[in-house]
Amino acid sequence: MNIVVLVKLVPDLVEELTIDTSGVALDTAWLRLIINEFDDHAIEQGILLKEGGGGVVTVVAPDIEGVDDVLFTAAAKGADRLIKIKGDFAGVNNHALARAFSAVVKELQPDLVLTGVQANNDLDGSVGPLLAGCLEMPYVGYISGVSLSEGKSKIRKEYPGGLIAEMDVTLPAVLGIQAAEQPPRYVAVSKVRQMMKTSTIEERTASGLDMAGGPTISRMFQTEAGQRATMLTGSPDEVATKLVGIFKELGVL
Amino acid sequence: MNQDIYVVIEHLRGQVAEISFVMLAGAHELAKGLGGNVVAVLLGHKAQALAGNPSAGAGQYLAADKVLSLDHPALADFTSDAYQKVLTDLISKDQPRAVLFGSTSIGTDLASTLSIKLGLPMVSSCRSFSTDGKFISQICGGKIMAEGDLPGPTALVTMVPGGYKAEQGQSAQSPAVTEIEVPALESLRVTLASYIEPESGDVDIAKEPLLVSVGRGIQNQDNIVLAEELAQALGGAVSGSRPVIDQGWLATSRLVGKSGKSVKPKVYLAMGISGAPEHVEGITNSDTIIAINTDPAAPIFGVAKYGSEIDLFDLIEILTEKVKQSKGG
Amino acid sequence: MMTYDVIKSILVLLALLVAGGIFLGRVYQLLWANLRLGQRSSPFKQWGERIKGVVVYVAGQFRLFRVLIPGTGHFFIFWGFLILSLTILQAIVEGLVSFVNPHFVLPLIGSFGPLALIQDLFAVLVIVAVIYALVVRLFVNPKRYLGSHKSQGVMVLMFIFTIMLSLLVMNGIRINLGQDPLHVWRPISTAVGRIFFGAAAGTQEVIKEIAYWTHLCVVLIFLTELPEGKHFHVVTSVPAVLLRNLEPHGRLPAATDLSGQVGVSTIEQFRWRQMLDFYTCTECGRCQDVCPAYASGLPLSPKLLMMELRDNLKERGAALRAHTSNSTAQAAQGRTLVGDVISDSVLWACTTCFACDQECPLFIEHISPIVDMRRFLVIEGRVGTELQDALANLGRYGNSFGQSERMRARWTQPIQPPIKDARREPVEYLWFVGDYASYSPTLTDVTVKTAEVFRKAGLDFGILYDAERNAGNDVRRVGEEGLFEMLVEKNSMALGKCTYQAIVTTDPHTYNTLKNEYPVNEDEHRPVLHYAELLDQLITAGKLKFSKKLGYKVTYHDPCYLGRYNGVYDAPRRVIEATGCELVEMPRHNDGSFCCGAGGGRIWMAEGEIQERPSESRIREAVKLGKVTTFVVACPKDVTMFRDAVKTTGNESRLEVKDLIELVHAAL
Repeated sequence: MNIVVLVKLVPDLVEELTIDTSGVALDTAWLRLIINEFDDHAIEQGILLKEGGGGVVTVVAPDIEGVDDVLFTAAAKGADRLIKIKGDFAGVNNHALARAFSAVVKELQPDLVLTGVQANNDLDGSVGPLLAGCLEMPYVGYISGVSLSEGKSKIRKEYPGGLIAEMDVTLPAVLGIQAAEQPPRYVAVSKVRQMMKTSTIEERTASGLDMAGGPTISRMFQTEAGQRATMLTGSPDEVATKLVGIFKELGVL
Repeated sequence: MNQDIYVVIEHLRGQVAEISFVMLAGAHELAKGLGGNVVAVLLGHKAQALAGNPSAGAGQYLAADKVLSLDHPALADFTSDAYQKVLTDLISKDQPRAVLFGSTSIGTDLASTLSIKLGLPMVSSCRSFSTDGKFISQICGGKIMAEGDLPGPTALVTMVPGGYKAEQGQSAQSPAVTEIEVPALESLRVTLASYIEPESGDVDIAKEPLLVSVGRGIQNQDNIVLAEELAQALGGAVSGSRPVIDQGWLATSRLVGKSGKSVKPKVYLAMGISGAPEHVEGITNSDTIIAINTDPAAPIFGVAKYGSEIDLFDLIEILTEKVKQSKGG
Repeated sequence: MMTYDVIKSILVLLALLVAGGIFLGRVYQLLWANLRLGQRSSPFKQWGERIKGVVVYVAGQFRLFRVLIPGTGHFFIFWGFLILSLTILQAIVEGLVSFVNPHFVLPLIGSFGPLALIQDLFAVLVIVAVIYALVVRLFVNPKRYLGSHKSQGVMVLMFIFTIMLSLLVMNGIRINLGQDPLHVWRPISTAVGRIFFGAAAGTQEVIKEIAYWTHLCVVLIFLTELPEGKHFHVVTSVPAVLLRNLEPHGRLPAATDLSGQVGVSTIEQFRWRQMLDFYTCTECGRCQDVCPAYASGLPLSPKLLMMELRDNLKERGAALRAHTSNSTAQAAQGRTLVGDVISDSVLWACTTCFACDQECPLFIEHISPIVDMRRFLVIEGRVGTELQDALANLGRYGNSFGQSERMRARWTQPIQPPIKDARREPVEYLWFVGDYASYSPTLTDVTVKTAEVFRKAGLDFGILYDAERNAGNDVRRVGEEGLFEMLVEKNSMALGKCTYQAIVTTDPHTYNTLKNEYPVNEDEHRPVLHYAELLDQLITAGKLKFSKKLGYKVTYHDPCYLGRYNGVYDAPRRVIEATGCELVEMPRHNDGSFCCGAGGGRIWMAEGEIQERPSESRIREAVKLGKVTTFVVACPKDVTMFRDAVKTTGNESRLEVKDLIELVHAAL
């Protein structure tokens, strides 16, 4: 099984997010970029499939700050090939990223492409279904289970309320992973460091980044607190007393 | 080319999803400025009844100027390949001003791929529109908003709930239904095998009057019992956000949010929950939300009525004690 | 002519050869063949210190007296063994040369009267000690013996008893028959001899020979049994104490270079010095008695761990030497050390409090193999989800709370004037604040008070602000050596850019690793101090004066990483005294202090199936003291753990937990 996993780096929401002087983009000064959590699950799912049925897992990512660490960590988990796409990805939208990915995916000719079902900074759709459009492959998202057989895959798709649909998807296909069948495994720092010495990251160059299809942002701003909650302060004892009072007012006590 | 706003109605096993009504409300807002019609697009098999007589009682018809019904056995249940083929055909023929999809397991399987195949621009995570034709989307866990002009010639938009109430997309009158011819649907690459029902669980949190809900802040499984004690004292049940269910600390039946249940208790006590949009989606119908979180910037405080920055571990046992005392225990 | 004496000599020789051969064969297999499988151990130096240790701890049996009466008993058995070994030598030589001279007596030793008296007295003392020990083994059955091999213990006690008794009988009859020129020096033997006084000379000779053969045979059987099981410590105890680890307690050895593999997964990946420890375990259970994990109901017992490692070493050694067709050998090969023999949960239960290593009379290191095996678990990813999250946060943000580095110094915001930034200007004391003191919302006020106290004392201090990272003490003990190295790099780089005279920290874990494991600045010696040490220094120098005497009745909990690991017991007590509080000691204090349960990364893990939290047991211990109102700690994690425990044990009205700095702050 030839499996390709596409990975994006996104803003770390732990940090405070501010808008830069242009007013239409995030300020990158204090921005930390980390692997998209759902892409991390996609890597895990890819490795699980390889461990279960053999094959090769290739992880592809755009060349942004922090990408090397992400790729070497994937290698430490069991990924076989690492590819980074060089280009100026600052401010680039998912349409452009998907097109850049599709050139590489075409070269790799995989049976299956896995990527996270969404990312926290998606404004023009998600990479997975966009890529599927570029490559004319079928796409199913919100996947929480994948099993493979010759030419086909059986997937579990999540709906609200815990309902799950089991579907058959012909390969090659693109799947948008919601959750891997087990949480992403831990990789010791020393293993990642070892990978840095023993693995290589192949490079490809994006031949121009075509952003057509994405919207034009005229204004970006921090969400207003709106009607902010009435904050209760004091010692735990005082807050608890106030809450009991509120419960009584609302008629639940 | 017209100024109509098409809304791809989402339905699952005979029920129209609430997002469909939210989208219709949004469509109406847009249509006010553009002057076109709001057209509900209903793909399915013998699903026309959904337009005329949806699940729960009067006053809940699709608030659309008209309904386009595309009926085919292969569309009976949602599958991305079949729905894509039908919509590709429809959109390229009709060329509406915008097509709205839910930012859901159904809508997101369709919108982006159609954007590439049809060469049409798309916007995702849209929360609301303005009458002067602007979209307002939310990203980065709900912390950042992005605004822009609705792109043309046909904008494909995925919508998230929160900007409109479902009632705004419902009408007392049933709209007219027109049957549209469906192209041939053969050699589909995605087919439905079966549905797997969710675990029924002991408690239906959607019916509980009070929920003590825990998020990552609960830290580990051993601490869940503290929430259970509080819930018991208050006469409610325990629910949780996605990280808690993913870790296996609570059963899937207790999940609140986009992939879980929508709940409508009198009081929703969110402890150690940050308030990411996927979770907030499930609690907007609560009467009163009370949030406990040590991070003053947590988005949950934007939807809660009362809040406190106190550490939930400092509070929870004292609160349980006081609740018991006030009950005369 | 084949007289009895000739036969005796031949039989003694044969018995000696057989028993000796078995003994040496077993010793060879265990100490040479098996230990050769092990990894290299670092070369040993400081021989003066080492030899002194053998004198104090082996000859002096020093640590044994920590459990007083059994310790005293063992002291006599040990010394009896040494002193009476000469009588065994006498018996063997006498037997060997009996064909020439049936009444041979060793020169010098055999004719020295006072020695004979000492031997006689010790024979009685040994018998008394042995009877006491048998009573303990058979009837008292203390908890520390749970899991130990009772039958082995009883058997050996019976052996010793028999050896002593048969000696006295032999001696006694010799005295009766007038064959002992030193008879005045053997009052006990004489008394035993009286029992047989009435019998005919011939009968007595027979009884004497029976006693002799009993004596010799039991000695030789004991000799062959010595390498099996816990009595091997008789052979290994001197080398174990001689070659004990003289590094500071708080310095974990680096991971052994196993050509690519990290951590230990099979027994032969341990260093041979560690293997020697596994053999030396006497199954006394003193470590088990002081282990907080064991006391709380978790599956870890340091004693049982050593026993399992020892058994596995023997099994594996034998299996590797056996033919591959041997099915038991194959079965032994099939079981993994880490996983099958020793389960993951046993390894994760350890808080690394050092109570076991402190208590062990033979300086066995229990924590070192645990960390070695944890290193393997971490590499394999066999880490619980909570710990995984903590490690991921530590790797990404440098703290286990998952908060941005920029939030580390948020607690300083209300302080005016602002605390000096050590990255920008030179300071005298660089205050390494630590994760818990910086990020935990409940501890912020203690940290602020610390700053106020430092200010009032006129200290020139500064902090690293956002450049500080978790010092890595517990990351290392969890087995994430790579992450530890990364944290050391980052912190060392930040420290390297600063100008300071000393480092002071409020967290004993931080203190331990900064002091013992961080690369030392070679040009100048810049001490690492815990704030208790610093406050003590300031008080002694008169730079910190108190305006009032608090007068509280307090008890003090020695933090593991300040007390046992680094020997700082008195400084905090002097500080408490200086604030005018009255200190009442808990039974488990100083190096017997009972861990709060948070160390070794346990604070980042799920609790597991616990019967009684160590912190709760400790609070109950404090409450039992009666009049004490304040529980004083000197570690931020202790504050958290014990405040919780006070709540969960319902003692909020009786006991208040305060950090030492809070007392100082109140008394200023």
